Amino acid sequence: MSAVPAQTTLIAASPRGARLARRRARVIRERLIEVVLFLAALVSVFTTVGIVYILVKESVAFFQHVPLVDFLTDTQWTPLFDDAHFGIMVLLSGTLTSSAVALCIAIPLGTIIAIYLSEFAPFRLREVAKPFLELLGGVPTIVYGYFALLFVTPLLQRIYPELPGFNLLSAGIVMGIMIIPYVSSISEDAMRAVPMSLREGSYALGATRFQTAIKVVVPAAFSGIASAYILGISRAVGETMILAIAAGMQPNLTFNPLEPAATITAYIVQVALGDLPHGSIGYQTIFAAGLTLMLFTLACNIAGHVLRKTFRESY
Amino acid sequence: MKHLVKRRKRWDTIFALAGLLALMLGVLTFAALFIDMALDGGARLSWDFFTSYPSRRAGQAGILSAWVGSTLVMLTTAFFAVPLGVAAGVYLEEYAPKNWVTDIIEINITNLAGVPSIVYGLLALGLFVYQFGFGQSILSAGLTLALLILPVVIVATREAIRSIPQVIREGSYALGATQWQTVRYHLLPYSSAGILTGVIIGMARAIGETAPIITIGALTFIAFLPPSPVQADPPFLSFEWLFSPFTVMPIQMFNWTSRPEAAFLTNAAAAGLVLVFMTLAMNGLAIWLRYRLRRTLKW
Repeated sequence: MSAVPAQTTLIAASPRGARLARRRARVIRERLIEVVLFLAALVSVFTTVGIVYILVKESVAFFQHVPLVDFLTDTQWTPLFDDAHFGIMVLLSGTLTSSAVALCIAIPLGTIIAIYLSEFAPFRLREVAKPFLELLGGVPTIVYGYFALLFVTPLLQRIYPELPGFNLLSAGIVMGIMIIPYVSSISEDAMRAVPMSLREGSYALGATRFQTAIKVVVPAAFSGIASAYILGISRAVGETMILAIAAGMQPNLTFNPLEPAATITAYIVQVALGDLPHGSIGYQTIFAAGLTLMLFTLACNIAGHVLRKTFRESY
Repeated sequence: MKHLVKRRKRWDTIFALAGLLALMLGVLTFAALFIDMALDGGARLSWDFFTSYPSRRAGQAGILSAWVGSTLVMLTTAFFAVPLGVAAGVYLEEYAPKNWVTDIIEINITNLAGVPSIVYGLLALGLFVYQFGFGQSILSAGLTLALLILPVVIVATREAIRSIPQVIREGSYALGATQWQTVRYHLLPYSSAGILTGVIIGMARAIGETAPIITIGALTFIAFLPPSPVQADPPFLSFEWLFSPFTVMPIQMFNWTSRPEAAFLTNAAAAGLVLVFMTLAMNGLAIWLRYRLRRTLKW
């Protein structure tokens, strides 16, 4: 019994044994660290799994009460009334209308700014404009919501007096301005990645700056520009606070931006502000709404991936 | 011919003007937003505004519980997001083998960056609040925001580490350092400024994030502070505050914005002004850090 520890100390005491033991300890430590780092990287996968699990779990419970056909085709959304209707179309119409308004602002302006900064602007202006646009994208959306409700809406009412206090138009416009930096910064990066030789070739053939930008640089960078647009779309669809504040929370099946309407995201906020018991049908609706939103953004991401693959140019 | 060239050149000028105009529109919007809020709420900014609790009387209401709540939530967020994000970034950049597991992790991080923030709120509501039983607490909110900014921290870490030239690693290995020693004593110190930039940008995003925190059910009217983390008697540190109900700046602002009385809208503007200052300061710091980094760091 006593011989065993004596023997180990003997091995450890000899220089070779000590080195071996140290080396083994080091190898084990290195492996352990690698495993810990790998687990940290896996957290992001767990997040996705968690999101899908929670959304699907609660939605399955929801669809046991409400048939999928009703969910997709009903034209009323009154989940908290006695006469409950669950037509997601109603909320989807608000989301689509406000996103359309936002994209009408963000895509043209974002693209023009990107082309200007990448092809026309002097170096100094670009150095100042890029961080500034980043700041614009960093303003909290709640502040944009306040701005839409209390500045843009009164301004629009001066032009069009019948405009209601809550409307999709002003929310959409402000949302569009919020998205401009996302669109312009990614598009610009894509255009700057186009090799100089392409531009030089174009200039050598006698093209002007504008012709080069439109006919050479933009097509060459199209896959990057497309992913900027896709990102803009998913931002618009998922935006919450601007709409919850400025577009109202009244479900309304409409494609007219001059009317107030709730979006999917605004509905989730409205329910969360109230006090719905865990496990009730009202509680489950927000997960079904969230799943719809998630599928929509997933479709956008896949479309973006396909676009990037199709239009990728290699030099 | 000359006429044609002139016409083409004119398009150049027109487009340059359009670009400048579009840029100006951004500047003008930002100026309008800032001036509008400063006019509405600037007068409310006083010492009392920062040291009073929210109140039913708009004139006496303040943001004490909101900024304390925001600070504590941010601490929790940083505590989880920074180590996790940096570790994940180091793994993907230095350790990860090229196989399908790595591919899945990478695709996953790209997709997570595009998930709407309110969906993170639903995840937190189902998982942290009910499944894990953390309740509507600072811990739930901090964890939610940590997951939300994780992709930002990971991407920043990866970019910072990637920009370190290969010779640094080779030098370290040649002296007999192990992989972890190389990471610990060379790669992490050299990339720290880049990582810090990413962390600040992530935190600036988290501090203004409203939707996920509303979704987990944070209360809007909180007229008390969470228990203090530092106590008079041993063990001096208390973590009770992690499970305390709370409110944060953007939620306080949302609450005031949705009231009909004009006096509360003034409060909302003042709170918004504070919020904009905070995010601008953080983003500005990040931009300055990056600028400095680019000038001083020449490999």
